[in-house]
Amino acid sequence: MLKHFLLLEWRSFSRAASFKMNLALKLILGITAAFYGFLILMLGVGVFYLLQEDGYEPLSTINKYLIYWVVIDLVFKYFLQKSPIMHIKPLMVLPIPKNKIVSFLLGKSAVSFFNFYPALFFIPFSIVLCMNGYSVLGVIGWHLAMIALTYANNYLNLLINNKNGVFIAIASLIIICGGLQYLGYWDITLYTAPVFQAFYQMPIIGIALLLLPTLLYYFNFQVYKNSLKLDDSMKAKEVDIKAENFTWLERFGIMGTFLKNDIKLIKRNKRSKTTVMMSFLFLFYGLMVLNGAGYEGPIWKLFAGIFVSGGFLFTFGGFVPSWDSAYYPLMMSQNIKYKEYISSKWWLMVIVTCISVLLASFYLVLGWEVYLAIIVGGIYNIGVNSHLVLLGGAYVKTPIDLTTGKKAFGDQKAFNIKTLLITLPKLVLPLIIFYIFYKLFDIKTGYIAVALLGILGLAFRNKVFTMIEKVYKQEKYATLAAYKEKN
Amino acid sequence: MITIENLSKAYNNVEVLNIPHLDIPNGQCFGLVGNNGAGKTTLFSLLLDLIAPNSGSVQNKDVIVNESEDWKPFTSAFIDESFLIGYLTPEEYFYFIGELRGQSKADIDAFLMPYTDFFNDEILNKKKYIRDLSKGNQKKVGVVAALIGSPEVIILDEPFANLDPTTQFRLKAIIKEMALNQKTTILISSHDLIHTTEVCSRIVVLNKGNIVKDIQTNTETLKELEAFFSGGIFEAWE
Repeated sequence: MLKHFLLLEWRSFSRAASFKMNLALKLILGITAAFYGFLILMLGVGVFYLLQEDGYEPLSTINKYLIYWVVIDLVFKYFLQKSPIMHIKPLMVLPIPKNKIVSFLLGKSAVSFFNFYPALFFIPFSIVLCMNGYSVLGVIGWHLAMIALTYANNYLNLLINNKNGVFIAIASLIIICGGLQYLGYWDITLYTAPVFQAFYQMPIIGIALLLLPTLLYYFNFQVYKNSLKLDDSMKAKEVDIKAENFTWLERFGIMGTFLKNDIKLIKRNKRSKTTVMMSFLFLFYGLMVLNGAGYEGPIWKLFAGIFVSGGFLFTFGGFVPSWDSAYYPLMMSQNIKYKEYISSKWWLMVIVTCISVLLASFYLVLGWEVYLAIIVGGIYNIGVNSHLVLLGGAYVKTPIDLTTGKKAFGDQKAFNIKTLLITLPKLVLPLIIFYIFYKLFDIKTGYIAVALLGILGLAFRNKVFTMIEKVYKQEKYATLAAYKEKN
Repeated sequence: MITIENLSKAYNNVEVLNIPHLDIPNGQCFGLVGNNGAGKTTLFSLLLDLIAPNSGSVQNKDVIVNESEDWKPFTSAFIDESFLIGYLTPEEYFYFIGELRGQSKADIDAFLMPYTDFFNDEILNKKKYIRDLSKGNQKKVGVVAALIGSPEVIILDEPFANLDPTTQFRLKAIIKEMALNQKTTILISSHDLIHTTEVCSRIVVLNKGNIVKDIQTNTETLKELEAFFSGGIFEAWE
């Protein structure tokens, strides 16, 4: 049975349309992963001596901050780890016990990079501990506890995968705790550090902690087993649809029609809602960068400015036109000109970018220079990045299943590593331009240069649109074919 | 209205469609029948420029479809559920298509009035998104939306499939009425020989990508088609 499942997995992986096109991307991804893996490994070996040199007791220092690792690990898993995907419907009527399907799905999720990377740190660190006279039994207990926490996060992530509310609660709790500790009001680690220390002092507790992932596995098993029914899709659902006419948009003609549709798209589908929520979080990215040590340079301000104003552009825009993948043939055969379609998406991005810049006005508290960086970043986003995003979108041929929120198993992540990678060049170019002018003249000239670049992009909008239109037309048939393939 | 020249389409060097010449005059109700894999949907997709031909061209009222977008204003189609927007209610979807075709809300409301029977009180004002409708009801929405804005060319792929018997009769009546006016060129594909012969004035049979029959419908057509499609079986029995 396992052989069959594995074969299915391999085929769905190797036969995906995106597989061939993105081989180069996969290579880059692989190299990046190997690089970070190596870094973590080195950290695992070296951190003990580094801490000792600075006069800290290594294990208790690590334990002090472990609580943050546990939570950040969960956040990473929530956004980046894909929930186990398998087409279960055709399997349900076959003589395969449900337990087997579910245990395979849950087992599959355990074999993931996200569960292995902690080992890269904890294994060398534990070995170094033993070599330096720490109790071997204690270290084993502590190490087992770390494994238990890693897998507890794995299965906790599967449980809360559909519940944004739970996730937001956890994430904001940790932000508040972190903030309170940073400002020196209340230190959560005073309470959590002894717990982690206990795993070492009383190894039996560490071993007992293995019960936690086991328990969560059992919960998941129940939840997923119960959702292995098609009841939800059989039930006729009645929704309370409020009067959503957006009549004020009608004065914009065809553009208004598309904008109306896009607003409904965002509001009524789980996947797009998650994406917009993500882009909202980008607004606060600047707080992270601008307050951290080592980020004082003006180049970091601009970096933050681009991110703060461009969250929506990067997360939502990166997937244009995939948002319309479910009905792309309609868009391609209805009375719609390419240019109208593309420019309606462009306007959507421009409008939200402007709103983001306005919302970001709270950065004025950190000084007008910070807000200036955000405005310059916004101009660059509107003038240049909006076009780049649309251009890149023509090559991102991943169909988006908007309705995945209804299914227990499905690719629910609107935010993945690929989009991040495509994002990078859009960030590097303005930073280089800024750096050149900043070094040659001063900060102001740097900002002006980047803003001018954005305005230049706006001036050539029609030319660029014609170019983008050409690419979309070139890619049209391939895109239509790729969208036909679901998951 | 529609002229096809030397049209061919192949996937991985296997030819799935090859039509040397086909002319569909203005106002004709054109029926396309054939078994699975005969190339019906492929032909329609080529007409709508959803796939690229390997050779030849499709001309829709003097516009070569893969060279210009100018055929879009007077052509509409319903091929499958990928022509529906799942997160809209049927009303919103009709208004959306209407706006694309220059019809106001009031126009659409007036347009929908005669379809009350056809919808059988299962479509409008139901507070449901299209994605939550049954397959048959989704088809009703798609077919009616394809008629919005009096297009000159309407392409319907398997319009009778998934519909209940009553709705099939109603749909036939709607298509017949449009065909009588002879203002709209209607292209229909179907597995159902009886429905097709009833509504279409001309029937073309596709087999493995080739046109094997081109008949002006008359009283003998149904028999002729039945003989053709059962031919292989009877010969094998003998």
